[in-house]
Formats: sequence, structure tokens, C-alpha cells
Amino acid sequence: MTGKTSATHFWQGNEACAEATIAAGCRFFAGYPITPASEIFEHLARRLPQAGGITIQMEDEIASIGAVIGASWAGAKAMTATSGPGFSLMQELIGYAFMTETPCVVVDVQRAGPSTGQATKAGQGDVMQARWGTHGDYTSIALSPNSVQEMFDLTIRAFNLAETYRTPVVLLADEVVAHMREQAVIPPSNQIKITNRKKPKPTDKAFFNGEDIAPMPSVGEGYNVPVTGSTHNEHGYRFTADRTVHEKLVKNLIRKIRDNAGKIVDYESLNVDDCDVGVVSFGCTSRAIHETIELAKKKGLTVGSVRLKTIWPFPEEAVRNMAKNVKVIVVPELNMREMFYEVERVVHGAVPVVPLNKIGGGEMITPEELLAEIARSVKKVD
Amino acid sequence: MTETFTIRNYLRDIKLPFCPGCGCLTVISRFLRAVHELGHKDLSKFVFCSGIGCAAWIPSPHFKADSIHTAHGRSIPVATGIKLMRPDLNVVVFGGDGDLAGIGLSHLVHAARRNLDIAVFMVNNMIYGMTGGQVAPTTPLGTKTTTTPYGSFEHPLDVPSLLVTAGASYAARWTTAHGEQLKEAMKKALATRGFAFVEAVSPCPTAFGRRAGFKDVAEIIRWFRESSVPLEEAEKMTAEDLTKKIVVGEFVYRKISTFTEALYRTIREAEKSAETK
Repeated sequence: MTGKTSATHFWQGNEACAEATIAAGCRFFAGYPITPASEIFEHLARRLPQAGGITIQMEDEIASIGAVIGASWAGAKAMTATSGPGFSLMQELIGYAFMTETPCVVVDVQRAGPSTGQATKAGQGDVMQARWGTHGDYTSIALSPNSVQEMFDLTIRAFNLAETYRTPVVLLADEVVAHMREQAVIPPSNQIKITNRKKPKPTDKAFFNGEDIAPMPSVGEGYNVPVTGSTHNEHGYRFTADRTVHEKLVKNLIRKIRDNAGKIVDYESLNVDDCDVGVVSFGCTSRAIHETIELAKKKGLTVGSVRLKTIWPFPEEAVRNMAKNVKVIVVPELNMREMFYEVERVVHGAVPVVPLNKIGGGEMITPEELLAEIARSVKKVD
Repeated sequence: MTETFTIRNYLRDIKLPFCPGCGCLTVISRFLRAVHELGHKDLSKFVFCSGIGCAAWIPSPHFKADSIHTAHGRSIPVATGIKLMRPDLNVVVFGGDGDLAGIGLSHLVHAARRNLDIAVFMVNNMIYGMTGGQVAPTTPLGTKTTTTPYGSFEHPLDVPSLLVTAGASYAARWTTAHGEQLKEAMKKALATRGFAFVEAVSPCPTAFGRRAGFKDVAEIIRWFRESSVPLEEAEKMTAEDLTKKIVVGEFVYRKISTFTEALYRTIREAEKSAETK
């Protein structure tokens, strides 16, 4: 809970996410039960009404994201939380949120997939779905917390980015960070940076598809705004066949994220200027990195790390710079190669990129396993 | 005292996209007349939600109002989010039978179960019109469509009866041949506290009538008139006899506590409990 003074809590990741939701000013949550995300909804169901907010359990995940989009157009900061199967069901309306520039936050607590997979076990297989999940052309923002503290901090940031760029933002968590308990230090409420969407002036007529992000009216404010998932011009009027209107709209949707990537991208680097081997990691997998660095030192290997806090937009420059200093880059992840290909694309053959993959049973990649792969990879390139 | 009804007061000055003979035009004029008779000089107290299909284009963007044209079948979830945040606004959904009773049926049933305070107007043309005339969940048994070229082999869904069971406050069905009754039903739906549903059986000469064997729209309207049976009479008929009929009338009107009332009561109590802690 946030208050006038800083507080230290022993929270579960999902609980930290729920508390951040309230601190960020969100007053509408719609969801559907799913492991391992349900605690976010359960915690909010108790806490959000105390703050005057609404939680509603919808009939499925499609309806959940639909209600979130409706609430957002009614002026609320709104969120839903789910896991892989529900995230799949939401994809069409996530695309609608991109197209209509509707700010909202979607939490995906990743579990092992595809399909039902292993509902209670961690996975990181939704990296590409967070980027390319819905059809058509667009670009997305996805954040990756690796601790309970970041479940709080990055949830707040997810709302701020959604409001700033009028876009859905994915908090791509995983079962491990969502279910573990650890310390979270919550700053006093007046020190938490909160961003709100730009509202129109009474004379404004253009609410979409701007070179800059257009101001967003709410329904009932008298703007008579037509909102549509069809191709539309700046006033919201449908153009179902005009090439130039479509091109301008989609290019602007992409540009507003891509041109601001420098402000959105966030990562944490360790030892990158002086290392033989680089590791690019995110989420629960990245929790092995500190111990790996220490273990490697004893073996005479220097390991550097780029840990991604935003997966999308991908921190290209950080990874490219790392490639200048290392002999090889290792990419550990709980999937069968997703981030790996992105790293390979950015490194572009400058150094070898080695995947380290583990799936199923919720088993983590241990520091020993990561170290063994690092040692093997170094041997190969030396 | 009563001001003259000027339909242009409620419509944007853009061309309506509907085919000649389309029932959506009747639905627009009946609805806006209903709005006028309820004393609304404009649509500033309304928000419209629709999905995908011809009927979804009734409000979007033609009504001078806020209109959210959502994805196929998803108008009601979006309307739910709006209504919960803005219980003071009249949230009205327009959709076709494919949109509301096909892909979006689950949302329709659950909104009725919750007794969500919205009005839903389903334009039932018994076909997927915008996509060129495929069989719908409302197509009469035996009808030829592009995906049932030998005749439909499925029973159509009786949506108002389903919504009575689901818990709607108000449910009615009329055809566009019953202009006055349709308008009165729409007025009643708009004045209902809780979930209100009106089905308007509506002619689609282009995608339905053409293949179903109707020469023109007048023939469809004649069929509506001749095959319509008031609910009270239908109750005395056999299921077999009713397969070729359109049952019209008010299926239910009742006072049940509404969703927003219950929800906001709960929030007030939760806020109070937080204050006393």
C-alpha cells in the first residue's frame, strides 16, 4: 500500500502488481480466472473498491479486454491480467486497442505452453506473442519484471507508457516473479511518477492518427467521437478502401513507438565494458546472472550482462554495444528460442550468439547451467 | 408543445451506406423517432456501441454522438466497461443477428444475466449480409444461402426467449413492418432500468431475399406481415406450426435489481469499510 511515507513490504509478485495498479491511478479491472495470474484479480477485488474502483469478472478473456477498452474510453485507467491461454484469446481486441489508440495495460503472467501446457509452471514462451500477437502491422511495448519490486515499479511504468503513447502495454511477467515473495520498498505516494493521457481542448477535432500523439476525449464529454477498428482518418471516420489513409494511420501507429524507443527502452547492464562473455536475459531467467558472474570469476572468466526491462521495443543499442566487447553472447530463456533470434538479428554476425533453453516443470536455468554454457561457448570461439 | 421531429438533428451530414430496401433505414428512423419522443433534442446523453456487420454501421459514425465501433461480436463487453464507469449515460448497442446471436452470443446472455443497464437493438436480417449472404444462427430452416446452397439444415435461435431465461428486464420482437410497435418497444427499452432487448426482424433484399426466393423487398415485408403471430396466439400453437412463423410482441417486462445499482452499492460499502479501518 502506498501512503505519505515510504513503506517496506514482504509481498508476492502478483500482490505488488495489484498494489501498483492502484498507485498508478487505475480504477477499472476486468478479468477471468487463470493460473498463475489470478492473485492480481483477487487482490484487486478486495482493494480496488476501497479506492472507489471497479473490478468485474467477465465471461471470458475476450470480454475482459473488451470491458477494459470500454472503461478506457469512459476515461478510466484500466487493466486486465491473464496468462498464455487468455493472452491468446485477447489478441484480437489488443489489436483493436492498437488501432483505436486506447491506453490500457495487459498483464501476461507467462506459464509453460502452448495450449494449456503446464498451468502452474513458469515459462517465457510469449515473448514473440507480446510483439506480434495480433494480426496486421503495428509495434508494441512490453515490459519484463524480474523481481517483486519490479512487479510494482514496472506496473506503474506500464500505465504511464500506455497513457503517454495511447497504446496497450504488456507487462510480460512469469510464474516465478508473480508467485515468489520478497521485499518491496514502496516510495511515498508523492514520489511515484504518474502520467495521465493528454485531454483535448474544446476546439479540438482530431483525436486519432496524429504525427504527435493525439489528445483523447472520453465518451460523454460532448466531442461526439466515432471510434472504430476500421481504418480511419484523424476524426475517426472510416476509410475502408483508401490506400493513403491506411498507410498514414498504420505508419503513425508504428512511428509513435519507434521514434520514442530511446525514451521507452530500459535495461540494466553489468560489467559490459570489461568482459569476455555477454549474457542477454530477462524476467525470472535473469535472476541467475549475479551468481553466474561470481562463479565465472573463480574460473577466470569475466561475464557481462544486459538484462532487459523492456523487451519491446528491443534494446538494440545496448546489445549491439555489448557485442563490440565480447567474444560470444549467451541467451538463456525458458522457451525454445525467442529472444535468441532477436539478439542474433541485432548482433548481425559480429560475434556468435549461443542459445540456452530449458522448458517444462517450472525448472529454472541455474547459475551452474548458465556457467557451463558460458564455458563451453568460450572454448568453442577461443 | 411537441417539437417537430427532424431526423437530421441526430444524424451526421454523410451518406448512409445501406442498400435500397435495407431494414436498417427503418430501424434508424424508428429509433431516432423514439429518442425524440422521449424528449432528447440530441444524443449527448447517449453512447453507442456496435460490432461488425451492416447494423453496426447504424450508429457509427452516422449518429451525431459518441460511437464505439468494436470488433465482431464484442460490442457488449465494451458497452459493459463504459456503462460501469459512466452509469449516468444511456449506453445503447446496435448489432446484427450474426454479431449478437452468433459470434457474440455469450456476451449477450451474460449481460442479460447481470441485468446490465443497457439497451440492445438486434437487427435480425436472418443472414450474414455484409459478407455476402452466409447462413446465420437466425436463418429459417431450409433457406438457401451461399453456405447452405441446398437449404439450411439448422434450427434458428429464438433470441428474446433465451434472454427471458437469462434474466433480462425487457425483451421484445417486432419486424420493420410493425413500425409503430417497433418504435414503442424501443422507447420502452430505453426507459427500462436494467437489461433491455429489442429484436427488429429486418429485410435484406440483397443478401437474403435474393437467394431465399423473394422477388423484391415488398415481398419480404408482405411475408413479415403474413407470418407474424402475436405472442399470446403463439402460446396456443404447436412447435411444428411455429417453425414458419415470426412470433412478435413483448416477451418480458419486469423489475429486477440492476447491475450498476448492485455494483455501486458494493463499492460504497467497501469505501466505507476502508474509512473505518
